[in-house]
Amino acid sequence: MDHLKPVPDGVASSEATPSGVDTAARLASLMQRSSRGDEAAFAELYDATSARAYGLALRVVRNPAHAEEVVQEAYLDTWRTSSRFDPARGTAIGWLLTIVHRKAVDRVRSAESATARDETYHRETRQTEHDTTLEAAHASLEAQRVRVAVAGLTEVQREAVELAFFGGYTHTQVATMLDVPVGTAKTRIRDGLIRLRDAMGVGS
Amino acid sequence: MSDIHKLSGAYALDAVDDIERAAFERHLAECEDCRLEVASLRETTALLSESVAIAPPASLRDSVLTGISQIRPLPPVVVPARRAAWFPLLVAAAVLAVVGVGLAAWQPWSSTVDKTDQGSLTAAEQVLRAPDAQSVSVDLGDAGQATVTRSKALHKAVIKTVDMSDAPSGQVYQLWLQQHGELVSAGLMEGGGNQEIVLEGDAATASAAGVTVEPAGGSQTPNLPPVALFDFSQAT
Repeated sequence: MDHLKPVPDGVASSEATPSGVDTAARLASLMQRSSRGDEAAFAELYDATSARAYGLALRVVRNPAHAEEVVQEAYLDTWRTSSRFDPARGTAIGWLLTIVHRKAVDRVRSAESATARDETYHRETRQTEHDTTLEAAHASLEAQRVRVAVAGLTEVQREAVELAFFGGYTHTQVATMLDVPVGTAKTRIRDGLIRLRDAMGVGS
Repeated sequence: MSDIHKLSGAYALDAVDDIERAAFERHLAECEDCRLEVASLRETTALLSESVAIAPPASLRDSVLTGISQIRPLPPVVVPARRAAWFPLLVAAAVLAVVGVGLAAWQPWSSTVDKTDQGSLTAAEQVLRAPDAQSVSVDLGDAGQATVTRSKALHKAVIKTVDMSDAPSGQVYQLWLQQHGELVSAGLMEGGGNQEIVLEGDAATASAAGVTVEPAGGSQTPNLPPVALFDFSQAT
Protein backbone atom coordinates (compact mmCIF):
# COMPACT_ATOMS: atom_id res chain seq x y z
CA MET A 1 0.00 0.00 0.00
CA ASP A 2 2.91 2.33 -0.56
CA HIS A 3 0.82 4.41 -2.95
CA LEU A 4 -1.40 5.46 -0.11
CA LYS A 5 -0.39 8.78 1.32
CA PRO A 6 -2.01 11.45 3.38
CA VAL A 7 -4.24 13.71 1.36
CA PRO A 8 -2.01 16.49 0.03
CA ASP A 9 -2.37 20.04 1.23
CA GLY A 10 -4.77 22.06 -0.79
CA VAL A 11 -7.06 19.19 -1.57
CA ALA A 12 -10.57 20.32 -0.90
CA SER A 13 -12.42 18.78 1.95
CA SER A 14 -15.76 17.14 1.46
CA GLU A 15 -18.28 19.00 -0.62
CA ALA A 16 -21.20 17.06 0.71
CA THR A 17 -21.00 18.19 4.28
CA PRO A 18 -22.04 21.39 5.99
CA SER A 19 -18.40 22.34 6.47
CA GLY A 20 -17.78 21.72 2.80
CA VAL A 21 -20.58 23.89 1.50
CA ASP A 22 -18.29 26.75 0.54
CA THR A 23 -15.99 24.39 -1.28
CA ALA A 24 -18.89 22.74 -3.04
CA ALA A 25 -20.17 26.11 -4.17
CA ARG A 26 -16.71 27.07 -5.38
CA LEU A 27 -16.27 23.88 -7.38
CA ALA A 28 -19.76 24.23 -8.83
CA SER A 29 -18.94 27.76 -9.87
CA LEU A 30 -15.67 26.61 -11.46
CA MET A 31 -17.55 23.95 -13.37
CA GLN A 32 -20.04 26.47 -14.65
CA ARG A 33 -17.29 28.85 -15.73
CA SER A 34 -15.61 25.95 -17.47
CA SER A 35 -18.73 25.35 -19.51
CA ARG A 36 -18.25 28.85 -20.90
CA GLY A 37 -14.75 27.93 -22.06
CA ASP A 38 -12.87 29.41 -19.08
CA GLU A 39 -9.66 27.37 -19.07
CA ALA A 40 -8.28 29.09 -15.96
CA ALA A 41 -11.38 28.03 -14.03
CA PHE A 42 -10.90 24.47 -15.23
CA ALA A 43 -7.26 24.53 -14.16
CA GLU A 44 -8.40 25.58 -10.70
CA LEU A 45 -10.97 22.81 -10.70
CA TYR A 46 -8.26 20.36 -11.68
CA ASP A 47 -5.97 21.49 -8.89
CA ALA A 48 -8.73 21.08 -6.33
CA THR A 49 -9.82 17.62 -7.45
CA SER A 50 -7.00 15.83 -9.26
CA ALA A 51 -5.60 14.03 -6.22
CA ARG A 52 -8.91 12.32 -5.61
CA ALA A 53 -9.45 11.61 -9.31
CA TYR A 54 -5.99 10.16 -9.78
CA GLY A 55 -6.02 8.24 -6.52
CA LEU A 56 -9.34 6.65 -7.39
CA ALA A 57 -8.27 5.75 -10.92
CA LEU A 58 -5.00 4.33 -9.68
CA ARG A 59 -6.72 2.29 -7.02
CA VAL A 60 -8.99 0.67 -9.59
CA VAL A 61 -6.67 0.19 -12.57
CA ARG A 62 -3.40 -0.23 -10.59
CA ASN A 63 -1.11 0.73 -13.43
CA PRO A 64 0.04 4.39 -13.07
CA ALA A 65 0.24 4.96 -16.83
CA HIS A 66 -3.27 3.58 -17.29
CA ALA A 67 -4.52 5.66 -14.38
CA GLU A 68 -3.15 8.80 -16.00
CA GLU A 69 -4.92 7.94 -19.23
CA VAL A 70 -8.17 7.34 -17.40
CA VAL A 71 -7.90 10.64 -15.53
CA GLN A 72 -6.96 12.55 -18.65
CA GLU A 73 -9.97 11.16 -20.53
CA ALA A 74 -12.24 11.87 -17.59
CA TYR A 75 -11.19 15.50 -17.31
CA LEU A 76 -11.56 16.04 -21.05
CA ASP A 77 -15.05 14.56 -20.86
CA THR A 78 -15.82 16.72 -17.87
CA TRP A 79 -14.70 19.82 -19.73
CA ARG A 80 -16.68 18.89 -22.81
CA THR A 81 -19.87 18.11 -20.90
CA SER A 82 -19.53 20.74 -18.18
CA SER A 83 -22.65 22.55 -19.37
CA ARG A 84 -24.59 19.41 -18.41
CA PHE A 85 -23.55 19.72 -14.77
CA ASP A 86 -26.49 20.74 -12.62
CA PRO A 87 -25.61 21.82 -9.08
CA ALA A 88 -29.17 21.05 -8.03
CA ARG A 89 -28.57 17.38 -8.76
CA GLY A 90 -25.26 16.82 -7.02
CA THR A 91 -21.80 18.14 -6.31
CA ALA A 92 -19.14 18.87 -8.90
CA ILE A 93 -16.73 16.44 -7.26
CA GLY A 94 -19.41 13.76 -7.30
CA TRP A 95 -20.03 14.37 -11.01
CA LEU A 96 -16.32 14.27 -11.81
CA LEU A 97 -15.53 11.17 -9.78
CA THR A 98 -18.51 9.33 -11.25
CA ILE A 99 -16.95 9.87 -14.67
CA VAL A 100 -13.50 8.85 -13.42
CA HIS A 101 -14.78 5.69 -11.77
CA ARG A 102 -16.81 4.61 -14.77
CA LYS A 103 -13.84 5.07 -17.07
CA ALA A 104 -11.55 3.20 -14.69
CA VAL A 105 -14.00 0.32 -14.44
CA ASP A 106 -14.46 0.20 -18.20
CA ARG A 107 -10.71 0.14 -18.53
CA VAL A 108 -10.12 -2.84 -16.28
CA ARG A 109 -13.06 -4.78 -17.66
CA SER A 110 -12.01 -4.36 -21.27
CA ALA A 111 -8.41 -5.12 -20.37
CA GLU A 112 -9.49 -8.23 -18.54
CA SER A 113 -11.51 -9.52 -21.43
CA ALA A 114 -8.53 -8.86 -23.69
CA THR A 115 -5.73 -10.48 -21.72
CA ALA A 116 -5.99 -13.40 -19.42
CA ARG A 117 -2.62 -12.54 -17.96
CA ASP A 118 -3.83 -9.15 -16.89
CA GLU A 119 -6.83 -10.77 -15.34
CA THR A 120 -4.68 -13.11 -13.33
CA TYR A 121 -2.52 -10.25 -12.22
CA HIS A 122 -5.47 -8.17 -11.13
CA ARG A 123 -7.06 -11.04 -9.31
CA GLU A 124 -3.92 -11.93 -7.43
CA THR A 125 -2.95 -8.43 -6.46
CA ARG A 126 -6.44 -7.49 -5.47
CA GLN A 127 -6.91 -10.52 -3.31
CA THR A 128 -3.97 -9.52 -1.24
CA GLU A 129 -4.76 -5.85 -1.02
CA HIS A 130 -8.47 -5.31 -1.23
CA ASP A 131 -9.12 -5.64 2.45
CA THR A 132 -6.81 -2.95 3.69
CA THR A 133 -7.52 0.22 1.75
CA LEU A 134 -10.49 1.46 3.66
CA GLU A 135 -8.81 0.79 6.95
CA ALA A 136 -5.67 2.73 6.22
CA ALA A 137 -5.10 5.75 8.39
CA HIS A 138 -5.03 9.15 6.77
CA ALA A 139 -4.22 12.65 7.77
CA SER A 140 -7.17 14.70 6.62
CA LEU A 141 -10.27 15.24 8.67
CA GLU A 142 -12.32 14.03 5.77
CA ALA A 143 -10.44 10.80 5.55
CA GLN A 144 -10.83 10.50 9.29
CA ARG A 145 -14.57 10.87 8.94
CA VAL A 146 -14.61 8.28 6.18
CA ARG A 147 -12.60 5.95 8.36
CA VAL A 148 -15.03 6.30 11.23
CA ALA A 149 -17.96 5.65 8.91
CA VAL A 150 -16.26 2.62 7.39
CA ALA A 151 -15.61 1.27 10.87
CA GLY A 152 -19.38 1.28 11.34
CA LEU A 153 -19.87 -1.23 8.56
CA THR A 154 -20.13 -4.91 9.20
CA GLU A 155 -17.18 -6.86 7.93
CA VAL A 156 -19.17 -8.41 5.10
CA GLN A 157 -20.57 -5.04 4.03
CA ARG A 158 -17.13 -3.45 3.97
CA GLU A 159 -15.72 -6.31 1.96
CA ALA A 160 -18.51 -6.15 -0.63
CA VAL A 161 -18.33 -2.35 -1.03
CA GLU A 162 -14.57 -2.50 -1.26
CA LEU A 163 -14.52 -5.14 -4.00
CA ALA A 164 -17.21 -3.36 -5.99
CA PHE A 165 -15.91 0.19 -5.69
CA PHE A 166 -12.13 -0.11 -5.53
CA GLY A 167 -11.92 -3.53 -7.13
CA GLY A 168 -14.15 -2.57 -10.04
CA TYR A 169 -15.96 -5.91 -9.90
CA THR A 170 -19.61 -6.37 -10.75
CA HIS A 171 -21.93 -7.41 -7.96
CA THR A 172 -22.26 -10.87 -9.50
CA GLN A 173 -18.47 -11.23 -9.56
CA VAL A 174 -18.39 -10.03 -5.95
CA ALA A 175 -20.94 -12.70 -5.07
CA THR A 176 -18.76 -15.37 -6.65
CA MET A 177 -15.60 -14.09 -4.97
CA LEU A 178 -17.27 -14.04 -1.58
CA ASP A 179 -19.12 -17.29 -2.26
CA VAL A 180 -22.53 -15.86 -1.43
CA PRO A 181 -25.77 -15.74 -3.46
CA VAL A 182 -26.04 -12.87 -5.97
CA GLY A 183 -28.87 -11.27 -4.06
CA THR A 184 -26.81 -11.29 -0.90
CA ALA A 185 -23.89 -9.44 -2.48
CA LYS A 186 -26.27 -6.91 -4.01
CA THR A 187 -27.89 -6.29 -0.65
CA ARG A 188 -24.58 -5.99 1.20
CA ILE A 189 -23.36 -3.41 -1.28
CA ARG A 190 -26.51 -1.33 -1.01
CA ASP A 191 -26.88 -1.62 2.74
CA GLY A 192 -23.20 -0.82 3.20
CA LEU A 193 -23.39 2.28 1.06
CA ILE A 194 -26.54 3.49 2.77
CA ARG A 195 -24.90 3.04 6.15
CA LEU A 196 -21.84 4.97 4.99
CA ARG A 197 -24.04 7.71 3.56
CA ASP A 198 -25.97 8.08 6.79
CA ALA A 199 -22.84 7.94 8.93
CA MET A 200 -21.22 10.68 6.88
CA GLY A 201 -24.34 12.78 6.73
CA VAL A 202 -24.58 12.91 2.95
CA GLY A 203 -27.76 14.44 1.64
CA SER A 204 -28.96 13.55 -1.79
CA MET B 1 -40.00 -2.80 -2.72
CA SER B 2 -39.47 -4.46 -6.04
CA ASP B 3 -36.22 -6.24 -6.68
CA ILE B 4 -34.82 -3.73 -9.12
CA HIS B 5 -34.63 -1.05 -6.42
CA LYS B 6 -32.00 -3.12 -4.69
CA LEU B 7 -29.65 -2.65 -7.60
CA SER B 8 -29.22 1.03 -6.68
CA GLY B 9 -26.04 0.42 -4.68
CA ALA B 10 -24.36 -1.74 -7.30
CA TYR B 11 -25.42 0.76 -9.96
CA ALA B 12 -23.97 3.69 -8.04
CA LEU B 13 -20.66 1.81 -7.84
CA ASP B 14 -20.67 0.83 -11.54
CA ALA B 15 -20.81 -2.75 -10.26
CA VAL B 16 -23.31 -3.79 -12.90
CA ASP B 17 -22.95 -5.24 -16.36
CA ASP B 18 -24.27 -3.45 -19.42
CA ILE B 19 -27.60 -5.24 -19.45
CA GLU B 20 -28.28 -4.53 -15.79
CA ARG B 21 -27.28 -0.91 -16.29
CA ALA B 22 -29.71 -0.52 -19.17
CA ALA B 23 -32.51 -2.11 -17.19
CA PHE B 24 -31.84 -0.01 -14.11
CA GLU B 25 -31.65 3.22 -16.07
CA ARG B 26 -35.01 2.48 -17.61
CA HIS B 27 -36.26 2.03 -14.08
CA LEU B 28 -34.59 5.26 -12.94
CA ALA B 29 -36.49 7.22 -15.54
CA GLU B 30 -39.70 6.43 -13.70
CA CYS B 31 -38.60 6.07 -10.08
CA GLU B 32 -37.88 9.31 -8.26
CA ASP B 33 -36.92 7.44 -5.07
CA CYS B 34 -34.21 5.54 -6.87
CA ARG B 35 -32.91 8.66 -8.60
CA LEU B 36 -32.49 10.36 -5.24
CA GLU B 37 -30.96 7.29 -3.68
CA VAL B 38 -28.44 6.84 -6.49
CA ALA B 39 -27.51 10.53 -6.30
CA SER B 40 -26.87 10.29 -2.56
CA LEU B 41 -24.92 7.05 -2.90
CA ARG B 42 -22.74 8.56 -5.61
CA GLU B 43 -21.95 11.48 -3.32
CA THR B 44 -21.01 8.91 -0.73
CA THR B 45 -18.60 7.18 -3.08
CA ALA B 46 -17.01 10.54 -3.82
CA LEU B 47 -16.16 10.76 -0.14
CA LEU B 48 -14.73 7.26 -0.15
CA SER B 49 -12.27 8.43 -2.80
CA GLU B 50 -10.83 10.72 -0.17
CA SER B 51 -9.21 7.71 1.41
CA VAL B 52 -7.10 6.97 -1.66
CA ALA B 53 -6.24 10.52 -2.80
CA ILE B 54 -2.76 10.86 -4.18
CA ALA B 55 -1.26 13.70 -6.17
CA PRO B 56 -0.86 12.83 -9.85
CA PRO B 57 2.34 13.53 -11.77
CA ALA B 58 2.69 17.19 -12.72
CA SER B 59 2.85 16.22 -16.38
CA LEU B 60 -0.76 15.09 -16.22
CA ARG B 61 -1.89 18.64 -15.48
CA ASP B 62 -0.15 19.89 -18.60
CA SER B 63 -1.69 17.12 -20.71
CA VAL B 64 -5.17 17.87 -19.43
CA LEU B 65 -4.90 21.62 -19.89
CA THR B 66 -3.43 21.19 -23.36
CA GLY B 67 -6.21 18.77 -24.17
CA ILE B 68 -9.06 21.03 -23.15
CA SER B 69 -7.65 23.93 -25.13
CA GLN B 70 -8.48 21.88 -28.22
CA ILE B 71 -12.00 20.91 -27.21
CA ARG B 72 -15.07 23.09 -27.40
CA PRO B 73 -17.45 22.57 -24.47
CA LEU B 74 -20.88 21.35 -25.45
CA PRO B 75 -23.60 23.97 -25.56
CA PRO B 76 -25.95 24.10 -22.59
CA VAL B 77 -29.18 22.19 -22.55
CA VAL B 78 -31.77 24.64 -23.71
CA VAL B 79 -35.36 23.97 -22.85
CA PRO B 80 -36.91 24.24 -26.27
CA ALA B 81 -40.08 25.96 -27.23
CA ARG B 82 -41.23 22.44 -27.55
CA ARG B 83 -43.73 22.04 -30.26
CA ALA B 84 -42.25 24.40 -32.79
CA ALA B 85 -38.62 23.56 -32.32
CA TRP B 86 -38.65 19.83 -32.53
CA PHE B 87 -38.96 18.99 -36.19
CA PRO B 88 -36.88 21.62 -37.96
CA LEU B 89 -34.14 21.23 -35.39
CA LEU B 90 -34.17 17.53 -35.60
CA VAL B 91 -33.63 17.20 -39.26
CA ALA B 92 -30.50 19.29 -39.04
CA ALA B 93 -29.54 17.69 -35.81
CA ALA B 94 -29.37 14.15 -37.01
CA VAL B 95 -26.46 15.18 -39.20
CA LEU B 96 -24.67 16.74 -36.25
CA ALA B 97 -25.24 13.72 -34.10
CA VAL B 98 -23.03 13.52 -31.06
CA VAL B 99 -22.19 9.93 -31.72
CA GLY B 100 -21.22 10.07 -35.32
CA VAL B 101 -20.73 11.87 -38.54
CA GLY B 102 -23.51 9.95 -40.17
CA LEU B 103 -25.90 11.43 -42.66
CA ALA B 104 -29.46 10.91 -41.66
CA ALA B 105 -31.59 9.11 -44.14
CA TRP B 106 -35.02 7.64 -43.91
CA GLN B 107 -34.79 4.02 -44.75
CA PRO B 108 -38.25 2.67 -44.44
CA TRP B 109 -38.29 -1.03 -44.12
CA SER B 110 -41.31 -3.16 -44.42
CA SER B 111 -41.83 -5.51 -41.59
CA THR B 112 -42.67 -9.08 -42.24
CA VAL B 113 -45.70 -10.64 -40.72
CA ASP B 114 -44.88 -13.84 -38.97
CA LYS B 115 -47.60 -16.17 -37.92
CA THR B 116 -45.78 -17.73 -35.02
CA ASP B 117 -47.33 -18.20 -31.65
CA GLN B 118 -47.70 -14.71 -30.19
CA GLY B 119 -47.91 -16.10 -26.69
CA SER B 120 -44.25 -17.06 -26.58
CA LEU B 121 -42.97 -13.78 -27.98
CA THR B 122 -41.45 -10.97 -26.01
CA ALA B 123 -43.18 -7.61 -26.01
CA ALA B 124 -40.62 -6.37 -28.53
CA GLU B 125 -41.13 -9.35 -30.79
CA GLN B 126 -44.88 -8.91 -30.68
CA VAL B 127 -44.53 -5.34 -31.92
CA LEU B 128 -41.96 -6.26 -34.56
CA ARG B 129 -44.21 -9.02 -35.89
CA ALA B 130 -47.53 -7.25 -35.58
CA PRO B 131 -49.56 -7.27 -38.80
CA ASP B 132 -49.80 -3.48 -38.73
CA ALA B 133 -46.16 -2.86 -37.80
CA GLN B 134 -44.51 0.03 -39.60
CA SER B 135 -40.87 1.00 -39.39
CA VAL B 136 -38.60 3.90 -40.06
CA SER B 137 -34.82 3.67 -39.91
CA VAL B 138 -32.09 6.22 -39.36
CA ASP B 139 -28.61 5.57 -40.64
CA LEU B 140 -26.03 7.08 -38.27
CA GLY B 141 -23.08 6.27 -40.50
CA ASP B 142 -20.14 5.06 -38.44
CA ALA B 143 -22.32 5.28 -35.34
CA GLY B 144 -24.58 2.48 -36.55
CA GLN B 145 -28.24 2.28 -37.40
CA ALA B 146 -31.49 2.54 -35.49
CA THR B 147 -35.00 1.54 -36.47
CA VAL B 148 -38.24 2.31 -34.70
CA THR B 149 -41.15 -0.04 -35.39
CA ARG B 150 -44.64 0.82 -34.24
CA SER B 151 -47.84 -1.14 -34.00
CA LYS B 152 -50.85 1.09 -33.50
CA ALA B 153 -52.95 -1.92 -32.67
CA LEU B 154 -50.61 -2.83 -29.81
CA HIS B 155 -50.06 0.84 -28.86
CA LYS B 156 -46.36 0.09 -28.66
CA ALA B 157 -43.15 1.00 -30.45
CA VAL B 158 -39.78 -0.73 -30.37
CA ILE B 159 -36.39 0.72 -31.11
CA LYS B 160 -33.89 -1.69 -32.58
CA THR B 161 -30.24 -0.64 -32.81
CA VAL B 162 -27.53 -2.19 -34.94
CA ASP B 163 -23.89 -1.56 -34.07
CA MET B 164 -24.83 1.73 -32.47
CA SER B 165 -22.04 3.63 -30.72
CA ASP B 166 -22.24 3.92 -26.98
CA ALA B 167 -23.43 7.15 -25.44
CA PRO B 168 -20.58 9.37 -24.23
CA SER B 169 -19.17 8.35 -20.90
CA GLY B 170 -21.34 9.32 -17.97
CA GLN B 171 -24.28 9.90 -20.27
CA VAL B 172 -27.12 7.85 -21.58
CA TYR B 173 -29.48 7.71 -24.52
CA GLN B 174 -33.00 8.78 -23.73
CA LEU B 175 -36.00 7.86 -25.84
CA TRP B 176 -38.88 10.22 -26.53
CA LEU B 177 -42.32 10.11 -28.05
CA GLN B 178 -43.88 13.23 -29.47
CA GLN B 179 -47.43 13.33 -28.17
CA HIS B 180 -49.63 16.17 -29.40
CA GLY B 181 -46.61 18.37 -29.93
CA GLU B 182 -45.14 17.60 -26.52
CA LEU B 183 -42.07 15.47 -26.00
CA VAL B 184 -42.60 12.77 -23.44
CA SER B 185 -39.83 10.57 -22.12
CA ALA B 186 -40.14 6.98 -23.30
CA GLY B 187 -37.35 5.58 -21.15
CA LEU B 188 -33.59 5.30 -21.23
CA MET B 189 -31.31 3.25 -23.42
CA GLU B 190 -27.90 2.63 -21.92
CA GLY B 191 -25.12 1.95 -24.35
CA GLY B 192 -25.47 1.21 -28.00
CA GLY B 193 -24.67 -2.03 -29.76
CA ASN B 194 -27.55 -4.25 -30.81
CA GLN B 195 -30.63 -3.80 -28.67
CA GLU B 196 -34.38 -4.01 -28.87
CA ILE B 197 -36.20 -1.80 -26.41
CA VAL B 198 -39.91 -1.22 -26.06
CA LEU B 199 -40.64 2.48 -25.70
CA GLU B 200 -42.71 3.46 -22.71
CA GLY B 201 -45.97 5.26 -23.33
CA ASP B 202 -48.73 5.01 -25.90
CA ALA B 203 -47.05 4.90 -29.27
CA ALA B 204 -50.35 4.77 -31.15
CA THR B 205 -50.99 8.47 -30.54
CA ALA B 206 -47.40 9.60 -31.10
CA SER B 207 -46.32 11.42 -34.23
CA ALA B 208 -42.61 10.79 -33.86
CA ALA B 209 -39.93 9.15 -31.74
CA GLY B 210 -36.50 10.53 -30.98
CA VAL B 211 -33.22 9.65 -29.28
CA THR B 212 -31.19 12.20 -27.33
CA VAL B 213 -28.04 12.07 -25.23
CA GLU B 214 -28.68 12.98 -21.59
CA PRO B 215 -26.82 12.90 -18.30
CA ALA B 216 -26.94 9.56 -16.50
CA GLY B 217 -30.40 9.07 -15.09
CA GLY B 218 -32.09 10.96 -17.90
CA SER B 219 -33.70 14.37 -18.15
CA GLN B 220 -37.14 15.88 -17.85
CA THR B 221 -36.75 17.74 -21.11
CA PRO B 222 -34.84 16.63 -24.18
CA ASN B 223 -31.32 17.79 -24.82
CA LEU B 224 -31.39 18.97 -28.40
CA PRO B 225 -30.07 18.30 -30.92
CA PRO B 226 -31.05 14.66 -30.88
CA VAL B 227 -29.05 11.78 -32.19
CA ALA B 228 -31.90 10.47 -34.28
CA LEU B 229 -35.47 11.29 -35.17
CA PHE B 230 -38.09 8.85 -36.39
CA ASP B 231 -41.02 10.55 -38.10
CA PHE B 232 -43.92 8.13 -38.06
CA SER B 233 -45.49 9.81 -41.07
CA GLN B 234 -42.52 8.44 -42.99
CA ALA B 235 -42.92 4.91 -41.67
CA THR B 236 -43.78 2.14 -44.03
